[in-house]
Amino acid sequence: MNPGLLEGYVALSAIIFAVGAVGLLIRRSPLVVLMCIELMWNAANLTFIAYARQWGNMEGHILSFIVITVAAAEVAIGLAIIVLIFRRRSEVDVDEAAMLRG
Amino acid sequence: MTAVFWIAGIVAVLGAIGVVAARTPVHNVLALMVNFVALAVLYLSLSAEFLAVIQVIIYAGAILILFLFVIALLSVSKMAKEQAPSRLVAQKELGIAAGVVVGLLLTVSIVRNGIFGTNVTLQDGFGTAATFGRELLTTHVFPFELTAFVLMVAVVGVVVLVGRRDS
Repeated sequence: MNPGLLEGYVALSAIIFAVGAVGLLIRRSPLVVLMCIELMWNAANLTFIAYARQWGNMEGHILSFIVITVAAAEVAIGLAIIVLIFRRRSEVDVDEAAMLRG
Repeated sequence: MTAVFWIAGIVAVLGAIGVVAARTPVHNVLALMVNFVALAVLYLSLSAEFLAVIQVIIYAGAILILFLFVIALLSVSKMAKEQAPSRLVAQKELGIAAGVVVGLLLTVSIVRNGIFGTNVTLQDGFGTAATFGRELLTTHVFPFELTAFVLMVAVVGVVVLVGRRDS
């Protein structure tokens, strides 16, 4: 890898993470909020894989694989909760879903 | 390799901005797909070929299809319009400011300080499915089993949450 390129990958990952965090803060649709969380997971994955390449060590790949699995589980549960909220209310805004009682 | 990094990196950032900025749910999903594919290209440039394939199959394949199914299941008219004034004071302005601060802090600290790391020569088969599978099923078999448990809990949770017919 070219010298300095690892910094580029990690900086790119930081930028994607920040964009995801902005979306998480400013959007009020629960679907978009979930997608922004996905962006942040992926930014973390990019860092793991960049460091794995730098050190020539596969453990970053294993960790990244676990992150992907947990992200899949999180999306399944999150979308199920969104569907439940939609059934109960006519319109969904994350600010309105303040009551966690089933 | 540097050209691949710049092109895929810019596409990934544009996709990420599209996810935040788009107003139609389907457009959000498409922008997210652009971001995921660009990330898969970046993984390939980091010689993580197995994870690049996994990224496309699981993220661009399974997770985005799940999003599209939920969008199709719920009528689009029900989606939050985000037109009504927010409950929080100056949510948009403060959110963007906080995100810019976080991004600048991370990026500047990385670029200014540099990163420690030896530039090792890669062993044969680094990042291939064979090496990945050997690592996963020998050295890291406990996290692998844990992953199976997490997925099972997720499936059971989804069935418990939305599988009820009484509501």
